Amino acid sequence: MNEYLEVFIEESKEHIQALNDNLLVLEKNPTDIGMVNEIFRSAHTLKGMSATMGYQDLANLTHKLENVLDAVRNNQLKVSSEMLDVVFEAVDHLEEMVMDIASGGEGKRNVETVVTKLQAIEAGEDISNASSTQKEVVPSSTQSGSELSSSLDEFELAVLKESEEKNFNIFELNVSLREDCMLKAARVYMVFEILEQEGEVIKSNPLVQDLEEENFEQSFSVLLVSKTDAEVLRQKVLKVSEIEEVLVQPFSLADISAKQQAPQTSSTNGTPTSNESATNNASSSAKESGNVKIGNKTIRVNIDRLDALMNLFEELVIDRGRLEQISLNLKHNELQETVERMSRISGDLQNIILNMRMVPIDQVFNRFPRMVRQLAKDLGKQINLEIIGAETELDRTVIDEIGDPLVHLIRNSLDHGVETPETRTAKGKPAEGSLTLKAYHSGNHVFIEITDDGAGINKEKVINKAISNGIIKEEQASSLTDQQVFELIMASGFSTADKISDVSGRGVGLDVVKNTIESLGGTITIESEQDKGSVFSIQLPLTLSIISVLLVEVQKEKYAVPLSSIIETVVVHKDDIMQAHKKSVIDFRGKVVPLIPLEHVFQVPEQLKQDDYYSIVIVRKGEKMAGLIVDSFIGQQEVVLKSLGEYLSDVFAISGATILGDGQVALIIDSNALVK
Amino acid sequence: MSEQIQQEFKSIVFQLQDEEYAIPVQQVGSIERMQHITRVPQTAEFVKGVINLRGVITPIIDLRKRFEMDAAEFTDSTRIIIVYMNELEVGLIVDAAYDVIDIPTEQVEPTPEVIGTVNVDYIEGVAKIDSRLLILLDMEKVLATDEIEQLKSIEG
Repeated sequence: MNEYLEVFIEESKEHIQALNDNLLVLEKNPTDIGMVNEIFRSAHTLKGMSATMGYQDLANLTHKLENVLDAVRNNQLKVSSEMLDVVFEAVDHLEEMVMDIASGGEGKRNVETVVTKLQAIEAGEDISNASSTQKEVVPSSTQSGSELSSSLDEFELAVLKESEEKNFNIFELNVSLREDCMLKAARVYMVFEILEQEGEVIKSNPLVQDLEEENFEQSFSVLLVSKTDAEVLRQKVLKVSEIEEVLVQPFSLADISAKQQAPQTSSTNGTPTSNESATNNASSSAKESGNVKIGNKTIRVNIDRLDALMNLFEELVIDRGRLEQISLNLKHNELQETVERMSRISGDLQNIILNMRMVPIDQVFNRFPRMVRQLAKDLGKQINLEIIGAETELDRTVIDEIGDPLVHLIRNSLDHGVETPETRTAKGKPAEGSLTLKAYHSGNHVFIEITDDGAGINKEKVINKAISNGIIKEEQASSLTDQQVFELIMASGFSTADKISDVSGRGVGLDVVKNTIESLGGTITIESEQDKGSVFSIQLPLTLSIISVLLVEVQKEKYAVPLSSIIETVVVHKDDIMQAHKKSVIDFRGKVVPLIPLEHVFQVPEQLKQDDYYSIVIVRKGEKMAGLIVDSFIGQQEVVLKSLGEYLSDVFAISGATILGDGQVALIIDSNALVK
Repeated sequence: MSEQIQQEFKSIVFQLQDEEYAIPVQQVGSIERMQHITRVPQTAEFVKGVINLRGVITPIIDLRKRFEMDAAEFTDSTRIIIVYMNELEVGLIVDAAYDVIDIPTEQVEPTPEVIGTVNVDYIEGVAKIDSRLLILLDMEKVLATDEIEQLKSIEG
């Protein structure tokens, strides 16, 4: 069963995420029965999956959760904030369990308190409402016989009805195992495997978890929706060894409708309309997900395999560079053509591989609504979180790293930025603060902005703190620009909180955020206005691994300048260079651009004398420009970005290194550090 | 027999100036011949640069410079010893590396007050084996990065 474990964990995570997301939506529209059905579906699937995989605790807790949800959609319970707190708590437990399973555990956890709470919620309403449907769902596991039909709940009925309308066959399969069958659970599992290939199992008797635990005699029955023929199904199931007999009977919905008519009407009596819409919603959502399943031709790939593919490809890119160089030297026509073709193909391949590694930033963003809800409660603040651009895609490597810094920034905004409702009202702002999380692409970069309409950064406070912490000197303070002042809060050893709170305390400051982002090749800037709010914007490269560079030569050393920061290259005559305040500048299209002689910056041991012309790479950092003086341009190339390693983690103006076609290392210039 | 194994540790022995040094074999990844080293500007003086070690960019330290010894020309016997230490992967340029030796733990003595030209801090101890005196290096101190940071801030 281990091979399914990964899939199980992934899917469980998805369902838990869906639970979280949908519960948050439900909290905003407590009467949205369609959403309740959606949530119920997630819980139901999760329950089934965990029972199949043998994680009882997980299945049990989901079951309790399901009961509460079921009561809600049967209008026996009203959605309330208190109730959702408990439900969220339960979901948190589920998540912990799944995490435990993911890290090799059994998924066991003491959940008594939350179970008691769930049961209290469920029971509290049961007394006042005294409905029969509720009881019908719970004890179905203890029902004996093959009376599958009587235990069908409304939701299952809706699915069956939908399937019938779409001309699916509904079968009731009675499977008997041989008396000498040794591993009954295993056989059951195999049968389910086959059935799930052929259609969808709606219900089984006994319930899946009892089957798993071998809590049955020699036979069990299954309700299946399928397009396959009865006889084919029979044959397929019979292929499983130690199966005595398989009875496949068509199952008619009309019969059960008649049977269930009586209890149905009694329970839906009070609110027939809303219940009807619930059924419709459920069936339409079932239809949707059914369609998705058919049209969705995807495959889950372990990220390690993709990484391995990427590594191999990086080697290929290096060799491609080497080949290009050789063919250039040899000037052999056919070779050149072949190499060109190969370069083009590998270029396409590169795009495909990079795209394969792209994941929507939603994966990171989706945990924030829950987090913000909880934080707002803890801090006694009212926050409206808006997420824009969650579909923006980023390389997996960046996604993995960016989560924690974002958590930190959001905590920071909630803790220090957004004021309490009282303060806000006093300031004439709406009591509810707003926090916006926005992601978008621009050029070769992804931008993430965290905007709040809170108190903003108090410059004086920041300056005083920075002085008292020895980050700046008193006489420096007056000459700092606003931007520089804001950046101080990301200096190490800085925290604007007067007292350390649970929320953003944790002993680390924004300096960690800044470091992480910079280590990803990104930048972070802060804008803020007193009492209006703050914007933290993060700029990140789309991918970390392969970049286009211009290779240049400085004396005999080779350096790579990322194309993303280059505006263009120019060659100027010595006489065109002007001096401004003892600094060399040139006139570049009417703009005065300062020159940076790389030879001096990098202290290159001098060998060659300059000729009369300078080769200059014009680079930019935001609005600012500068010209890097080099000796010659070698050409544009795709290179694999590699880090200089832990030992040389922070080298001035060098962002990494790459391996050239000849196997030598060239350093990649971080022109951002050079442009002041 | 087993007791004896516990009381010995294998070490790579290399030469620097006129002395012999030892590093536990577990810390050594490989021993490479001299190759082209790409200089990395604005790093500590003893950081010779980086090499391409089978696809991994590996920083290289000139151990003579690290120990403030006189510089020497690289020869055919010059080697780069790749060491691994707490996530760090660093190559050390040494004059020669030629031996693997079992050092009995009991032979290791604390550092004498003055020894050679090497700063005593880097030395874990000395071992006398037959007539050879081996200096055991404390790699953690040799590769301590905080010292590099300090150097950088002085330069900057």
